[in-house]
Amino acid sequence: MHIYLPIADLPVNIFLVLGMGLAVGFISGMFGIGGGFLMTPLLIFIGISPAVAVASVTSHIAASSFTGAINYWRKRAIDIPLAMMLLSSGILGTATGVWLFTLLRELDQLDLVIGLSYVTLLTTVGALMINESVQAELRTRRGKPATLRRPGSHTFVHGLPFKLRFKRSKIYVSAIPVWAIGFSIGFIGAILGIGGGFLLVPMLIYFLRVPTATVIGTSMVLTLVTMASATVMHAATNHLVDAVLALILIVGGVIGAQFGARTGQKMRGERLRLLLGLLVFAVGLRFAYELVVQPDELYSIRLVGSE
Amino acid sequence: MARRAFIAGMLLAACTALPAQAERLVVSLSNHRVAVTSNFTGADLVLFGTIEPDRPRGALRNAYDLVVTVKGPPHRLRTRRKDRVLGIWVNVESREFINVPSYLGVLSNRPVPAIANPEIARRLQLGLKNVILTQRVGADFADTVPDDAFRVAFIKLETQYGLYRESPDAVTFLTPTVFRVAIPIPANAPTGSYSIDVQLFAEGASVARTNSALEVVKTGFEQYVADAARDHGLLYGLFASLMALVIGWIGSVVFRRD
Repeated sequence: MHIYLPIADLPVNIFLVLGMGLAVGFISGMFGIGGGFLMTPLLIFIGISPAVAVASVTSHIAASSFTGAINYWRKRAIDIPLAMMLLSSGILGTATGVWLFTLLRELDQLDLVIGLSYVTLLTTVGALMINESVQAELRTRRGKPATLRRPGSHTFVHGLPFKLRFKRSKIYVSAIPVWAIGFSIGFIGAILGIGGGFLLVPMLIYFLRVPTATVIGTSMVLTLVTMASATVMHAATNHLVDAVLALILIVGGVIGAQFGARTGQKMRGERLRLLLGLLVFAVGLRFAYELVVQPDELYSIRLVGSE
Repeated sequence: MARRAFIAGMLLAACTALPAQAERLVVSLSNHRVAVTSNFTGADLVLFGTIEPDRPRGALRNAYDLVVTVKGPPHRLRTRRKDRVLGIWVNVESREFINVPSYLGVLSNRPVPAIANPEIARRLQLGLKNVILTQRVGADFADTVPDDAFRVAFIKLETQYGLYRESPDAVTFLTPTVFRVAIPIPANAPTGSYSIDVQLFAEGASVARTNSALEVVKTGFEQYVADAARDHGLLYGLFASLMALVIGWIGSVVFRRD
C-alpha cells in the first residue's frame, strides 16, 4: 500500500517505512540510543532527499527519547540540574546547526557535509567502541578487574573554573565543559539528523564522570529537547519536516523500541557495546564508500524555487 | 477507388478554388483535474481529438502527424556536477535552469525527426532536444546548444524521474482523422496548471494548432499538510513535535512494565 508524502513529494510503501521504523526502533531500544544515525541514511537510501530526511528524523528521535525519558524519570534516574545546564547551550547549538544547515543547502554542499561528518563521526566512535569492548572482553577472560581507568582520577576538565555541584550525579565540575558538550550535541544533531546519544553518553562519562545511574536518563532529556526544538526550527526555516513520514516512523519506532529493550536486557554489556560499535563503524564505512567511489551519476538536480 | 478519386478531386478543387487548404483540430480531455491523494501513484489522462476541415465540405489530406507537448508549471532548478577533489566526490560546478517546465511530455505518433525536418522542429520547439530550457550562464540568460553537457544531464535526470518524457507512440490514430493521446501523469508530478499544446503536421509542415490545459492538485489531507508546512512553518513545527511527544508518551504508557 502506497502513501503519498506531502513534503518529500513522493509516494512510499507505508509498510516499508513502518518496517524501517520498527527495525531502527528495535536497535535503538536494544542499545539505549536514538537511532537517528541509522534512520537518516535509510531514508536517504529509499530516495528521500537528505534535507527532508534529516529534518523529519528529528521528530522521530524526539518521540523515542521522550518514551525513554519518561521511563528514566519514573526510576528517578535523571539529573535535572545537569540536564538544564546542558540544555541551555544545547538549544543554542541546535539553532546554530539549523542556520548552518540552511546555508550549506544554499551552497549545494549539504549532502557532502552530511556525508563527511557521518564518515568521521561514525568510524571514529565505532572504532573506539569496538576497541574498548574487545579490551574489556580480553580483561575479563584473563580474570583482571573490568575497569583500568579509575573513576576518581583527574583530567584537565577538573581544573577549569566556574565549578558547580550536581547532587544526584554526585559530581562537582566546571560549567564550561557542560556547556561545550551541550552545544556540540545540539549542533551536530541539527545538521546530521541524529540525537547524538551515542556521542553524548561517552562524553558525559569520560569528561564529566557522570555515574551510569543517571547518564542515560540525563542524556535522553537533552536529546528530547534539542530534537523537539530542531523539529520546530527546521519546519519554521526550511519547511522540510514531513509530518506524515514522521508519524509512520514514530509509530514504528516506539513499538520497535519496546521489543528491542527486552532483547537488550538479556545480553551482556560488553557484547552489546561491541555489536553497537560494529554497527556504527559499518554505517560510517558505507558513507565513506559513497564519497570515494565515483558515483554512477555525476549530475544532480535541486529545486531552487517556483517561478 | 471511387473515394480516393473523390478525395483527389476535392484536393484538386481545394488547390484551385480555395486560397489555402486548412484544417481545424477539435480536442477533448478525459479529465481536466488530476487529484493527488494519499494513494496517488500516477494517472493516465486521455486526450481525444479529430481533424476537421475548417469549413464545411473542405478538403482533408491523406496522412497527418501529431505532436502534443505537455508542460507543467515552470520552476527553477540547479543542476550540479560532481568532480573529484582530494579523493572525494564533491559538487563543484553548477548551472541554474530558469523558468523550465516541471513536467515535460512530448507525445507523438512517430519520432519527431520523422515528422518534421530539424529546422522546423527547432523553430516549433518539437521534442526534448528542441524545447527551450533557459540557463543562467554568468550574467546571461540563454539556452545552450542541444548537446551542452549540463543540458543533456538535466534532461537525462528529469527523464529518469519520469518528469520529462518523449513518447513516439503515445498518439494513436483511430481513423485517419480521429486520434487518441495518452498523457501520463507520474506520481511525482508537481501541482499546478499544465498546458497542452497540440500541433498537427502534414508532409512535414505545420498545418493546425490548438491547446488545452489540465490541473494537478493535491487534495484533502496532503494539500492541507503541504500548505500548512509552507505557510505556517512555526505552527506546523510545533504541531509535529507535539505529535512526537504525544506518541512517545502513549508508547511509555502502553508498554509500561513496572
